[in-house]
Amino acid sequence: MQGVITPLIMIIAILVSLTTMSAGLIWMERRLLALWQDRYGPNRVGPFGLLQVVADMLKIFAKEDWVPPFSDRFVFILAPAVIMSAVLFAFAVVPFAPGISVIDLDIGILFFLAMSSLNIYGIVLAGWASNSKYSLLGGVRGAAQMLSYEVFMGLSLMGVVMLVGTFNLRGIVEAQQGLWFFVPQFPALVIFFIAGLAETHRIPFDLPEAENELVAGYHTEYSGMKFGMFFVGEYLGIVLISALITTLFFGGWLGPVLPPVIWFLLKTMFFIMLFILLRAALPRPRFGQLMSFGWKLMLPLSLLNVLATGAALLLLA
Amino acid sequence: MEALFYVSGTVAMISTLRVVTGKNAVHALLYLVVSLLAAALVFYSLGAPFIAALEVIIYAGAIMVLFVFVIMMLNLGPGAERQKKGLLDPKAWAGPALLALVLVLELLYLFAGGGLEGPPRAAYINPKAVALALFGPYFIGVELASLLLLAALVAAWHLGRREKEGIR
Repeated sequence: MQGVITPLIMIIAILVSLTTMSAGLIWMERRLLALWQDRYGPNRVGPFGLLQVVADMLKIFAKEDWVPPFSDRFVFILAPAVIMSAVLFAFAVVPFAPGISVIDLDIGILFFLAMSSLNIYGIVLAGWASNSKYSLLGGVRGAAQMLSYEVFMGLSLMGVVMLVGTFNLRGIVEAQQGLWFFVPQFPALVIFFIAGLAETHRIPFDLPEAENELVAGYHTEYSGMKFGMFFVGEYLGIVLISALITTLFFGGWLGPVLPPVIWFLLKTMFFIMLFILLRAALPRPRFGQLMSFGWKLMLPLSLLNVLATGAALLLLA
Repeated sequence: MEALFYVSGTVAMISTLRVVTGKNAVHALLYLVVSLLAAALVFYSLGAPFIAALEVIIYAGAIMVLFVFVIMMLNLGPGAERQKKGLLDPKAWAGPALLALVLVLELLYLFAGGGLEGPPRAAYINPKAVALALFGPYFIGVELASLLLLAALVAAWHLGRREKEGIR
């Protein structure tokens, strides 16, 4: 029994802390955005406005769980669940610290890529099942954008994989004892970060939900907790990408003095804040610009990075 | 591990059967996605995690999304009303969801058990073994496939370009 109970406790602890953290991020994003835009942001409910999230959550849970009569009922309900579960499954391979991870898969990176490609279904099905033109356009945009950026998201990681010789995320962290990989793999870091922005469809790449053209894009027809799941799913995606940047390029839990988990959290928090700063700083491109930027600039760059890494490894070997 | 193999194999067979017998294109596609995920788990239980991951990334995650994409676009054309009548039937969606739920439970069981101890029958095939096979004895096959893909790429580029000029 011991062999089942310990992993179960680990899974529950990680799930609870992740969902709480991403709900807390909503408050953090609003406060930080306000700071960068010379406003106060939510500062009335509780100390520093921290209880604002609790109030919002209570409100969203109490809202009527409404399904539009013209929608495809079952897929409509399924789509938010797909988003949440795909992101949460991807966290299973993230090594938070030695001994703190759900599963130590040999194909860790590939598992993450697989889950992020299944994530597309949430958006596509939500857009299609809503049976409304704005939702459908958002869904189509989301599918095209995420499919394209996934290609070189995977390619950018291959440089790291070539350096270490394994897809195992724990192995990758341990290989960074001497040198964090953002030094030899700086182009890969930039490409992965941009692809991560597109995968989580955050500003500047939030075209699937561009509010000035598509109302709210693929989740236009959603309300109540189903909308809340899209919302929390988006923040979970940010946490996931930040955690992976930390793991792959910034030495994961490695660091002096402080305990490993604290190092991991600190580094992840830094990248989450970078995501929020980008939202405060950048405008949104047109969809054509987004696609041509991806295929004409990022794809050749990531291929060049793989080529250069391979050549360097051959020369040094 | 053996039970995992049989359960996911059964799920794959049932859902593939539903792909063939289903009348509605989108329903059939969702069953096909479930079937591919089940096939991935079959590969995993046989000790080929690399192939399992590729199955999910490429087939379920990319090719099937493109299929759904196309069907979504087609649904907007004339005759959409006739199609929508069938799509609104909630009974059609219960099947794929139930089968996917079985897969999710299997995955949870895997995680709860701490992962793969040792596959029962076949040897454990890691990514390196796949790479060595592809660029060793099957080198010509890889090159031929890449030629085929290049031809498809050139053709797609050509078609896309012509259409753009027509719009202008």
